[in-house]
Amino acid sequence: MREMIKMVVVLVVLSSLSGGLLGALKNTTEERIDNQVLKFVKGPAIENILKGADNDPVADRFSLTVGEKENNFFVGVFDGTPKAVAFEAFAGGYGGDLGVMVAVNVKTDEIMGISVTTHNETPGIGATVETDSDFKNQFIGKSAAAAYKVKDDGGDITAMSGATVTSRAVCTAVRRAGDIYEKAKSQIKDQVNNFTG
Amino acid sequence: MAKTIGQEFVKGLWEEIPPFRLVLGLCPTLAVTKSVENGIGMGVATTFVLVCANMLVSILSGVIPSRIRIACFIIIIATFVTVVELIMQAYAYQLFLNLGIFIPLIVVNCIVLGRSEAFASKNKLVPSLADGLGIGIGFTLSLTVISAVRESLGTGKLMGAQVFPTSFEPFAFMVEAPGAFICLGLLLCIMNLIGKK
Repeated sequence: MREMIKMVVVLVVLSSLSGGLLGALKNTTEERIDNQVLKFVKGPAIENILKGADNDPVADRFSLTVGEKENNFFVGVFDGTPKAVAFEAFAGGYGGDLGVMVAVNVKTDEIMGISVTTHNETPGIGATVETDSDFKNQFIGKSAAAAYKVKDDGGDITAMSGATVTSRAVCTAVRRAGDIYEKAKSQIKDQVNNFTG
Repeated sequence: MAKTIGQEFVKGLWEEIPPFRLVLGLCPTLAVTKSVENGIGMGVATTFVLVCANMLVSILSGVIPSRIRIACFIIIIATFVTVVELIMQAYAYQLFLNLGIFIPLIVVNCIVLGRSEAFASKNKLVPSLADGLGIGIGFTLSLTVISAVRESLGTGKLMGAQVFPTSFEPFAFMVEAPGAFICLGLLLCIMNLIGKK
């Protein structure tokens, strides 16, 4: 009986010490890890569309809850004034969710660029969305609130050849990004305008 | 069995060098040695876990009831592995991405559990520290050698620098999984030849 109790006590004490230590470590490293994940996973996409920003958009971010989801917004400072936000929206592609990072100019409500963050499209067909800048450049300079569609669906976006499903998914994701932007416009503008590096 | 501290340390570097002499811990050895950087990263991570776990096990060996010792060792080892994982995520995210699942798998690396069971639980703090450090450094050296052979033959490069003239056609086979077995086998063979003299 005594041995039994000792075993239980030893295991309980050891596990709780271990749990406590790891919990504390997790708390202290959490912020750094979030930054690292964003830098390596979303960083390249953000850099791509906020090219020439004076700040580090990954570090200068804020989050807002739009609808039910919490979204990260990355602020881009150009010529000394913060004027752009980049954020991510998703749509179902040919092979699962496709994530698109959209940068919007908050002064003009125009799209400054889009970039694909995550996708699982067919290599060589849909996956060319990663590099196909002609396709993605079609969105630049247009209103964030416009209803983007490919030409087949009555819109004015030329689909990538052979990859209509992927092109459609990108349009849907950009439309959703537009929805997020419209819904939270005033909050986003407040945050960006009050942003101090 | 009466070895000095120095001998406990040195034995890990040749006499009992893993994975060549103690043929343990083959899973990370075969899987992560595609490049020298990964090999060293894995070796250092394992060394850290090995040293910490050995020390703690030897301190606690009087308290831990022998019937549940394995469970206790695993808690201790898993704690340190999680510490390594969090730190690596926070400070060396690229390495974390390369090593991936093999970091959490250090928990079940037989070298670590083997040293706790066979050595640290029966010895005092300082010899256990020396043992852990010796075996850990030995493991790191082995991984470095294996990965250097594989990376140089498989890609013609070492740490990103060209080591063979560009006319050299790399054996891509060496950086694939079967190449790992062949490389390990050949190195083991060379070590046995030298050891015989």
